[in-house]
Amino acid sequence: MKTVFKILPLALCLSAVLSTNNLHAQTLDIRIVYLEQQRVRPPVLSNLVVHPEDEGEQGAHQGITDNNTTGKFLKHNYLLETLVVPNDQDVVEAAKSVLNGSRLVVANVTAEKLLQIADLPQAKDDLIFNAGIADNVLRNDNCRQNILHTLPSRAMLTDAMMQFFSKRRWTSLYLLEGNRDVDKLYADSIRKSAKRYRISIDHQKQWIEDADMRRNAAAEIPLFTKARNYDAIVVADEDDDFGQYVLYNAWLPRPVTGTAGLQAVAWDRVVEQWGAAQLQSRFLQTADRSMTSIDYAAWAAVRSIGEAVTRTKNIKPDVIREYIFSDKFALGGFKGAKMTYRNWNGQLRQPIPLVHPRSVVALAPIEGFLHHRTELDTLGLDQPESNCRDMN
Amino acid sequence: MKCWTISALAMALLLAAQNASAHWVYISNEKDDTISVIDSETNEVIKTIEVGERPRGVTLSKDFKYLFICASDSDTVQMMDLATDKIIHDLPSGEDPEQFALHPDNKHLYIANEDDAVATVVNIESRTVVAQIDVGIEPEGMAVSYNGKWAIVTSETTNMAHWIDTSTHQVVENTLVDQRPRDAEFTRDDKQLWVSSEIGGTVSVIDTESKQVEHVITFDIKGISADRIQPVGIELTADGKYAFIALGPANHIAVVDRATLKPVKYILVGRRVWHTALTPEQDKLYTTNGVSGDVTVVDVKTMKAEKSIKVGRFPWGAAILPTDKIPG
Repeated sequence: MKTVFKILPLALCLSAVLSTNNLHAQTLDIRIVYLEQQRVRPPVLSNLVVHPEDEGEQGAHQGITDNNTTGKFLKHNYLLETLVVPNDQDVVEAAKSVLNGSRLVVANVTAEKLLQIADLPQAKDDLIFNAGIADNVLRNDNCRQNILHTLPSRAMLTDAMMQFFSKRRWTSLYLLEGNRDVDKLYADSIRKSAKRYRISIDHQKQWIEDADMRRNAAAEIPLFTKARNYDAIVVADEDDDFGQYVLYNAWLPRPVTGTAGLQAVAWDRVVEQWGAAQLQSRFLQTADRSMTSIDYAAWAAVRSIGEAVTRTKNIKPDVIREYIFSDKFALGGFKGAKMTYRNWNGQLRQPIPLVHPRSVVALAPIEGFLHHRTELDTLGLDQPESNCRDMN
Repeated sequence: MKCWTISALAMALLLAAQNASAHWVYISNEKDDTISVIDSETNEVIKTIEVGERPRGVTLSKDFKYLFICASDSDTVQMMDLATDKIIHDLPSGEDPEQFALHPDNKHLYIANEDDAVATVVNIESRTVVAQIDVGIEPEGMAVSYNGKWAIVTSETTNMAHWIDTSTHQVVENTLVDQRPRDAEFTRDDKQLWVSSEIGGTVSVIDTESKQVEHVITFDIKGISADRIQPVGIELTADGKYAFIALGPANHIAVVDRATLKPVKYILVGRRVWHTALTPEQDKLYTTNGVSGDVTVVDVKTMKAEKSIKVGRFPWGAAILPTDKIPG
């Protein structure tokens, strides 16, 4: 597959149908780059695990469409430049061709590539939104002045789960950890959050990859999860290799949570309160599928830019960044609370829904967990514990 | 002594007169597809009427013969005959109507189509669409000025109040407000437009002449985090003294002094309070509490919540039919 580089014509069409007045007036073009390296997906047991190929990209498109309806009243015209690089090509080389110090970028690339791109000399003054990677370290020791994060960190997700466990008094956990790098990152985040919320992980086990769970789950899982007692199982299996087979097969009749069963997410199709139903249906209409967390993060990035441009009438990355970090900035995200950015590490504050496939179970921050700044800061890395020194 | 007796008698008569003024309060139940009707004298539900899917905004015709209902998921505005409680027409409303406002001419209904980024103008006599106007994303609040000159639609994602000239049906001006604008209300003299911003947590007071935001009202309730203060429904008293602002998941109504534009009191009502309606005498305020599924009656004089009335699931809109207009 070859690199796809195209300018979305939709925005142009939109502006063409506007009143003739606008054609004479000065129109401000806002070009946003969507930069993606196609992901390598490891093989998994189930045939049902599929990831949309345009995950992230469709979210960015939705953000552009949303921005343009505001833009048409202000003569602001948003355009998406999509740069999708196949996984066997170098995304950093591709990035070099577009970054120039005045670009606004939504990135959906690996953590390693993200840092390489952000550290390119010509990217120093660009503003990059990370919509694809949840790694805590990107919000901490490896933070960058020119990167903001719209996807929640794993710490935000695992803190959200622990708040819920704490409320439900599920204080003893069984942690079932997969063998891949991302599983370790997730499990580490679970361990840290559990400590923070005084929940004990009484049993831990590494998954053994030598069975076909599609046939054997009922035989293998009960023995694998055998223990005297625990309140819930937490699965750390981000690629969905085995987690879904743990449900209803555990030794004890306990809820399954983590990356299977009850999950903490940025977004899911079951989120429908707080006006979310309209965003869901707009997205479904154009993308012909439901919106994922990565789509939502890309959407939130484009909308953040839109919000800053609407209020400042400026498209310079430094002006947008400054506005985003000011107390004037607020983004409505259809999750019941306004979303703002943490000025110590560039993370978008946001509520975290805890969902199962048919409904939202709870919305974190869970009532009762307080914070002097905003309750949203009970989720993820707080300022005092942050090692990020690069933001200002 | 005699004097006392007479005044007591007068008082009793007055009370009797007040009691006689039983209005009917129409409440739309978003997740039950029904309208609950409350008698304001007993404050009990006297009947429940089945309507279209996901009823939200409700408003009465100027002659009080009909109730208009935004049946959002049925993609129609229903016209209910109050004499029979029957839906007599499904108006061509455009997709997903959420709120609307009736022009003082009692003929043109301005409808916000939430899923469609347009506002639809319907002639209710001929039951035809007169115009569809492109507005921002998720149009929500609708208001028509008392002089009939302006129709306002707020758009939730675009964060604007759009000014539609009712003589041309063109958007002529847009006022940027805080995040997620919901309700819009004109003052009786049409000099100000009030717009609530749910996520911004504010109410903008806009000057009709300049169309600029003149003042932004903020709220602060002890013990409730700022994130939960999400203004939605606005009700302005006819005497120009007060504004009642429903604060959503903060579960309170804010009372704003219109002279100083500052909140002077917060009244605890039910959970996730959406909208409110004042009685014709302006002595009672009815609030719809979405999550708790009830309606709270607030006494305007004492500024206290008096009673909660259980209605259907997720009550949303409210409209009050004056006692002398009650059929039969």
